[in-house]
Amino acid sequence: MTKLDTIKSREQRTGWILILPALILLLFVYGYPIARALWLSLFTQNLGTELKPVFSGLDNYIRMAGDGRFWQSFWITSVFTVVAVLLELLLGLGIALVLNERFRGRSLVRTAAIIPWALPTALIALAWAWIFNDQFGIVNDILLRLGLIKTGINWLGDPNLAMVSVIIADVWKTTPFISILLLAGLQSISPDLYEAHAIDGATPWQSFYKITLPLLMPQILIALLFRFAQSFGVFDLISVMTGGGPGGATEVVSLYIYATVMRYLDFGYGSALVVVTFLLLILAVAIASFLLSKIRKRLSGVA
Amino acid sequence: MAKLEIKNLNKTYTPKVIPVKNVNLTVEDGEFLTLLGPSGCGKSTILRLIAGLEEPTRGQVLIGEKDVTGVRPGDRNIAMVFQSYALYPHLTVYDNIASGLKLKKTPSQEIKQRVAEAASVLGLEDLMNRKPGQMSGGQRQRVALARALVRRPDVFLLDEPLSNLDALLREKVRAEIKQLFAEQKVPVVYVTHDQTEAMTLSSKVAVLNKGDVQQLDAPERIYNNPANVFVAGFVGSPQMNLLTLLCQGRYAMLGDFRIPIPDMQTPPNSIVLGIRPENVTLAESEDRNTIKGRIFLVENLGMHYLISVRVAGSEKEEIIVRALVPIHQKWSGEEITLALPNESIHWFDVQTGDAIVKSSIASQLV
Repeated sequence: MTKLDTIKSREQRTGWILILPALILLLFVYGYPIARALWLSLFTQNLGTELKPVFSGLDNYIRMAGDGRFWQSFWITSVFTVVAVLLELLLGLGIALVLNERFRGRSLVRTAAIIPWALPTALIALAWAWIFNDQFGIVNDILLRLGLIKTGINWLGDPNLAMVSVIIADVWKTTPFISILLLAGLQSISPDLYEAHAIDGATPWQSFYKITLPLLMPQILIALLFRFAQSFGVFDLISVMTGGGPGGATEVVSLYIYATVMRYLDFGYGSALVVVTFLLLILAVAIASFLLSKIRKRLSGVA
Repeated sequence: MAKLEIKNLNKTYTPKVIPVKNVNLTVEDGEFLTLLGPSGCGKSTILRLIAGLEEPTRGQVLIGEKDVTGVRPGDRNIAMVFQSYALYPHLTVYDNIASGLKLKKTPSQEIKQRVAEAASVLGLEDLMNRKPGQMSGGQRQRVALARALVRRPDVFLLDEPLSNLDALLREKVRAEIKQLFAEQKVPVVYVTHDQTEAMTLSSKVAVLNKGDVQQLDAPERIYNNPANVFVAGFVGSPQMNLLTLLCQGRYAMLGDFRIPIPDMQTPPNSIVLGIRPENVTLAESEDRNTIKGRIFLVENLGMHYLISVRVAGSEKEEIIVRALVPIHQKWSGEEITLALPNESIHWFDVQTGDAIVKSSIASQLV
């Protein structure tokens, strides 16, 4: 008994020593900036104070509550995230289902499908900005040739269309991520289950609803979680494509924070914005992982 | 109720991969047919063709005189137990068993009653709310059986249902399966590579090799009158001694010893002698067909010793005969005299591998 304890405690000590470097690193790259932002958000530090921090308590947070531009950007981010992620999920699931079937050249198609995800976002954003360009863009060219429109549409110049454009670009870029994730999930479902279900008398649609969807739910949730967190912090794609315009129609939270800090040099208020966004994201992630563990438990009966 | 017939069944993937060549089988109500063969012999493919999970290249599947070759699996009214059990991991035992009935839109009152019935037959009443992940292999296997039983199908198909159980449990479940399906008045097709299962469970066994039926017979006849070398060698443990011997006139030369061969129009140059180790005995004075040899290996099997004997006079081309000797019989020294009783010897043609006994030829075509 005592010997067992010593082995266990020795193993535990080794474990701690092994993860210590990683912990210290995390403390510096995550812990410190978060704590610093939290601290800074209690100060006013902008051009008005000659960039010197002046303690102002919760002033920044009170200001935020009445800041229409913040809530506007928050709303825009939410719309962007919800629409883009849902579209990506639907398309990604469809692509995953196709890639899960056996057909000639499947591995080639699989590789091709991942390419958009592998390309650098800034380049993709430039490409899409040109695709949607009102004078030289290929979208307008196609629509004009098909006779669907008479004059070129100013995609990135119209508030609603600009939103549509960035969502399309984001969907194009990140659908592969979801489809590869879901494909892995699909491949972990035993084909025996579909055969047993077919013998039980199920149609392919019934098998999809009763077997594929419930058994794929963990992967779907993980994909949603990843994409939600990522999409809520979207910066590069929109920054390059529209820069938050026209007239702030695509100004997401991260763009607003960037402007506050880097353009208006309002460090204290910027930190407060970061803190609130951060907390909201944490909350969303916590809810999602709670749901995930519940679904896992329901699927297998074991936690 | 529903006779199962398979006519000229063929499944060809590529010209070189033909898992099922030309198979004809009939299983009557209440019959228990086992498809027995080594892996890759096509037995599972035949089962999948019957189930409709694969489409035959040629041939027909008939259930109760009705051609179901092009019918979807769900419309054939069959039930299948998979090797992996294929239980739905996200559903409770109850929902697993009820799945087929629900899909067939059976009234919920009837579903409840039938599921309860099947569950009580298999002793699953206390597990109804469990998920497959929370159960042992034996329990899952019962759920798989219950899911098949509850359907009241026209045909039961079982694909190596015992292969994932440990040895002790396998023996127990084997006995249960035998009792369970004895009460079902429909055809049962059972796939296995385990000859013990085939022997104990079936009313009829089809031994398969390379996509063809080698012998279709009652288990006793498969064991006692193997139709060819393959069946003789595949069925029986320890394996039958199969010795290719040169002939001199009406005798086969087993080392220094002469064994009379059956009457044939033209005596062959060589012949295959088959005798099961349990039929080889320690020779007594009145025995004929005795051979001498040197023991080089003794294996204790508990009830028996399995002794391997190098036959005297076979120095050039070594001939080894294995004998199963009851544990209480003693012998002395390494030199031993064994008797090969005439009535236990099987003779096979060297070229075709077919048995050379008049009586067994008729039984091949049941």
